[in-house]
Amino acid sequence: MKYKKNILAAPYVLWSALFIIIPLCMIFYYGLTDKSGAFTMENILAIASVGHAKALWRSLLLSLISTILCFLLAYPLAMILAGKKGNQTGFIILIFILPMWMNFLLRTLAWQTLLEKTGVINGILSFLGLPPLRIINTSYAIVLGMVYNFLPFMVLPLYNALAKIDENIINAAKDLGANKIQTFFRIILPLSVPGIISGVTMVFVPALTTFVISTLLGGSKVLLIGNVIEQEFTQASNWHLGSGLSIVLMIFIIINMLVTALLEKE
Amino acid sequence: MQKELIKLEHISKSFDGQMVLDDLSLNIHENEFMTLLGPSGCGKTTTLRILGGFVNPDTGKVIFDGADITNVPPNKRHLNTVFQKYALFTHMTIAENIAFGLKIKNKPKSYIDDKIKYALKLVNLEGYEKRMPDSLSGGQQQRIAIARAIVNEPKVLLLDEPLGALDLKLRQEMQYELIRMKNELGITFIYVTHDQEEALTMSDTIVVMNQGYIQQIGSPESIYNEPENAFVADFIGDSNIIAATMIQDKLVEILGARFACVDTGFGTKKPVDVVIRPEDVELVEPECGTIKGVVTHLIFKGVHYEMEVMANGFEWLVHSTVLSPVGKEVGIKVDPFNIQIMNKPESEDEEAIAIEI
Repeated sequence: MKYKKNILAAPYVLWSALFIIIPLCMIFYYGLTDKSGAFTMENILAIASVGHAKALWRSLLLSLISTILCFLLAYPLAMILAGKKGNQTGFIILIFILPMWMNFLLRTLAWQTLLEKTGVINGILSFLGLPPLRIINTSYAIVLGMVYNFLPFMVLPLYNALAKIDENIINAAKDLGANKIQTFFRIILPLSVPGIISGVTMVFVPALTTFVISTLLGGSKVLLIGNVIEQEFTQASNWHLGSGLSIVLMIFIIINMLVTALLEKE
Repeated sequence: MQKELIKLEHISKSFDGQMVLDDLSLNIHENEFMTLLGPSGCGKTTTLRILGGFVNPDTGKVIFDGADITNVPPNKRHLNTVFQKYALFTHMTIAENIAFGLKIKNKPKSYIDDKIKYALKLVNLEGYEKRMPDSLSGGQQQRIAIARAIVNEPKVLLLDEPLGALDLKLRQEMQYELIRMKNELGITFIYVTHDQEEALTMSDTIVVMNQGYIQQIGSPESIYNEPENAFVADFIGDSNIIAATMIQDKLVEILGARFACVDTGFGTKKPVDVVIRPEDVELVEPECGTIKGVVTHLIFKGVHYEMEVMANGFEWLVHSTVLSPVGKEVGIKVDPFNIQIMNKPESEDEEAIAIEI
């Protein structure tokens, strides 16, 4: 039996070796060597240079803000969904997932058109006699793009966690004298922590590493660490520096995961 | 009888057009162990939820200790519930679970600690303070659910099929535990179950329900020995329910044979139902019985043999410690006081309502 199971795992083992383990090793090789192939920490330490550090700081800040916004938007919705029954839930979730069926690039490009100086939104605003909105090519537009694209990844795990809470557990809290606010903070919120953790991870990690959203909505004015790494690979052709910075980013993601895991234990 | 504590007055409730409770009225006394007994869908759990405040009745009132609490939310009621699947807070330790209600009420820490100790002692789980609910067995979790409820010193404890998920042996143990706890606490227990044995073992008063109506209220003995209609007779224990005719006071004709009984006041030549418990059917020599029959089935049940006897076109269920083999000709005899006469319901509506209180 055990032997059979091992056979079944073979395709995935092969896949992960080819496309996960080997590329990871290559990144570590490039990141820790210079062009001559000698060992160096320079590519890693390059994060300390002003431009890189600034991009990393900005990435951390914007993805943190986006994650918090997603959480604040998603939690009430997930609670409403979890409280509903059957068909209604399916329909609302479908509406939420529907945009995900369209190409990610296309949707972000659409926001570009909407937000442009002479774009649709400003057209409507000027028609109504209101001052134009100047958020394209700013951090605001990037946060908007992140929240828009990653919100479903927050809603779904929160919904799953909340739907799992037995109605009688909430009834028991009320029965023991807790009002709605006490029930929420002492029972519902703590019991939904697993959903919060996967939601936060699924929004924070892609937001931290994105370069598409910042390229399309931030113009060339707002550089994120993702853009810096992309440029090292595509424009500067410096794979060593690009890999080194990737490793630094990975370390930050691991720290994020450790922190959330610690919070879960609390 | 103790003084009245809770009155349900003309409670009706329907879900999605389906009538669950129809004009139900019920009085519950102080220090009473009352069981709501019935098949699933009979309205017993809805009644409990209305008492707990989780369901609002469409019409009718809930009076608690003289005050109308019909629209009071659950967190403001002086009663606590033990839920069917325990509903423990899985993210808290046992001590935190038990302390939950007291912390909400801002009781001092020393008071809470004493209460936790007291409650764990009451449910025989001393030293479990630091454990998590997941690490406990079903029976232990159930005890914690009870402990969590009783530390709040409710006047009434509502129990919603609390033993439903436990295995037989544990269930029987817990029945005695519950009786002991109730006597120690001296409060009212309102217990919901579909298990007639549980109801008979523990209750002071049993309320038999079916299809949203109360069928009979009484002590376990009276419910078992004097069921008021065929539903109660059939639901509580095994029974032979036979259509019969009341010839006159103290004489009933069953399957063409005349039996002496003790009931009076049913009129003459009136169609009735009779209930005879299988352990009350005596098998004797054919010539000594009131009617003759042949044993058709025989099963050994441990304490007794269960036999079926075909006699005058009816299959009689018989429990006896004496074995009569299949094919044997026997006579059937029933003592007069073991024949319970019931009015035949004249319409389906009457069958459902059956009795007025």
